[in-house]
Amino acid sequence: MSVGSLQSCVRRALYEVDPKKYLRVETLPHIWCAGCGNGILLQCFVRTLAACDIDPDKLIVISGIGCAGRITTYIDACCVHTTHGRTLPFATAVSLCRPDAHVVVISGDGDLAAIGGNHLIHAARRNVDVLVICVNNFNYGMTGGQYGPTTPEGSHTKTTPYGTFEPPFNLVDLVASAGAAFVARWTAAHPVQMIQTLIRAFNKKGFRFIEYVSPCPEYFGRLNKMGKPQQMLRVLKQVSVVKHGVDPSEATMNPFNRIVVGEFLERTRPTFTDKLREVVERARRR
Amino acid sequence: MGAMKPGIYFLMGDVACAEAAILAGCRFFAGYPITPATEIAEHMAKRLPEVGGIFVQMEDEIASIMAAIGASWCGWKAMTATSGPGFSLMAESIGYAAMTETPLVIVDIMRGGPSTGQPTKASQQDVQQVRWASHGDYEIIVLCPASVQEMFNLTITAFNLSEEYRVPVVLAVDGIVGHAWENIRIPPKEEISIVNRKKPHVPPSQYLPFKPDADMVPPMANLCEGYRFLITGLTHDERGMPRMDEETQTTLVRRLCDKIRKNKEKITRSEEFLLEDADVVIIAYGTPARSARAAVRAARKRGVKAGLLRLITLWPFPENVVKKVAKKAKHIVVCEMNYGQMVKEVMRYCTEDKISFLPKLGEYPPTIDEILQVITQK
Repeated sequence: MSVGSLQSCVRRALYEVDPKKYLRVETLPHIWCAGCGNGILLQCFVRTLAACDIDPDKLIVISGIGCAGRITTYIDACCVHTTHGRTLPFATAVSLCRPDAHVVVISGDGDLAAIGGNHLIHAARRNVDVLVICVNNFNYGMTGGQYGPTTPEGSHTKTTPYGTFEPPFNLVDLVASAGAAFVARWTAAHPVQMIQTLIRAFNKKGFRFIEYVSPCPEYFGRLNKMGKPQQMLRVLKQVSVVKHGVDPSEATMNPFNRIVVGEFLERTRPTFTDKLREVVERARRR
Repeated sequence: MGAMKPGIYFLMGDVACAEAAILAGCRFFAGYPITPATEIAEHMAKRLPEVGGIFVQMEDEIASIMAAIGASWCGWKAMTATSGPGFSLMAESIGYAAMTETPLVIVDIMRGGPSTGQPTKASQQDVQQVRWASHGDYEIIVLCPASVQEMFNLTITAFNLSEEYRVPVVLAVDGIVGHAWENIRIPPKEEISIVNRKKPHVPPSQYLPFKPDADMVPPMANLCEGYRFLITGLTHDERGMPRMDEETQTTLVRRLCDKIRKNKEKITRSEEFLLEDADVVIIAYGTPARSARAAVRAARKRGVKAGLLRLITLWPFPENVVKKVAKKAKHIVVCEMNYGQMVKEVMRYCTEDKISFLPKLGEYPPTIDEILQVITQK
């Protein structure tokens, strides 16, 4: 995709499209708390769909369990709300059986990296043709603010009342090491950049991973005295450092003082679908 | 090479299952290696690509069943195969398949448990687990073959039932049948009936994905067929939208159960052997039923009027036929390769003093002599 057409696509997404086109308006209002970053993501996502003119009948959106998992209720496409952690096995099969469709997984950090962590690394290793948007809010929001595999050390949650003592995963580094084809990170304070990266990701093949840092003022924010929703957003913006192309291992993140954002990695590898197609051809030639 | 040509073949039970699946239209298999079910995966890995299908070995059994569910929603008939430990891991996803009404076949080649138990030894220790694996109220269909031929036949039946009722169907197979080699007949195509899921009969604008027909089964649109909807494991209304009220929960859960319960007579199968005049009735399923059959003959030679009721459908439990048998018989002998699972179901329909139980653990079905001993006990 050329720079010019990317820019005009972003412009369309921001100023021209009707985001309602891809929403199940009758299911609104959504269930998310005031100040939650999921609403901003939903807006970015449906605007991207409209700007890229994605056929909703050829779009399969798969979500897991948790706050982010509820996003499939509101999107007017072929939507699947799976069990906790199992979006990627479902998506793996769907990407193989419907190679003509766009397959997108949207889920939380707990769903994708804790209970679904094994599937995450294997889907990246196989280079499954799927776009994964991982909503990282640093805790389990749906169950009331417990710590997870992305909770920063020293921060407070309902199950780490004396401070979190486990080191967190750096998810972009994890999936990059496992073989992802495209890796990026933005926060809820970067909707325009997020749309641009989504457009780029939709125009690529293979395992694409976008970590979306999302404020959870109701739990993580409140338990760590991060202030009101607008303050949390402002902090996300202030502590973010854009570093395109940086090695994912150096794309560190701490929501209190420094979040490296940007598009970190892009590489071309045969997808799982390509490989399986070869197998079928080899078997049929015999 | 397509599906296997009609004829007589010498096949292993696991392989017969795989070939039957292909004949039934299965084109997607996801699995994880486990003794004694691995041969199904190995055979599918070789054969599915030849027929244009997809075989994937996933990272665990949870991923395997979820991949199969995903494929089924794309309109591909899908299967997974495992043994007890893998089946335990699949439990939550079975509930998801039941809740989302996903046609799916799960093969459980039963080995000795609990835990890792005796991987290379046969058992029938999962026959309650296959019914009750997931949390929540739901119904499931479980079939149990006693020979390689029946493994072949019932695999096709399993796909047909799963498509007709939109329900996961389990083949619960003792490790003996799974690993047995026997001659089987693969019938010509015209002798095999294949059932496919009902498709929507209304345009997308009027389609309610979970609105049932009179038979309580909703027509099923696959993903990317022009019908857009939400598939969710949350309690949902006819539109497929999550609803947390009592009425929606009651309506949905009742229908998920009743679509099977009310068709029980159509679904259940059993085989009766010399039951007409039998005073002693053996109730068995799978390999033990084969010893039982021989024991019936031996008992009759000694002047004991014995008969056999072989259960083919384990779930829904064939209660009517068991009720009928229990009423007439003076003595009922239940033999199974576990420490008391289906015998408790039988007990619901007759008094306990009428029943003798012959449990077998550790690989082998009961011998004829062991059964004869119990028959003559009372």
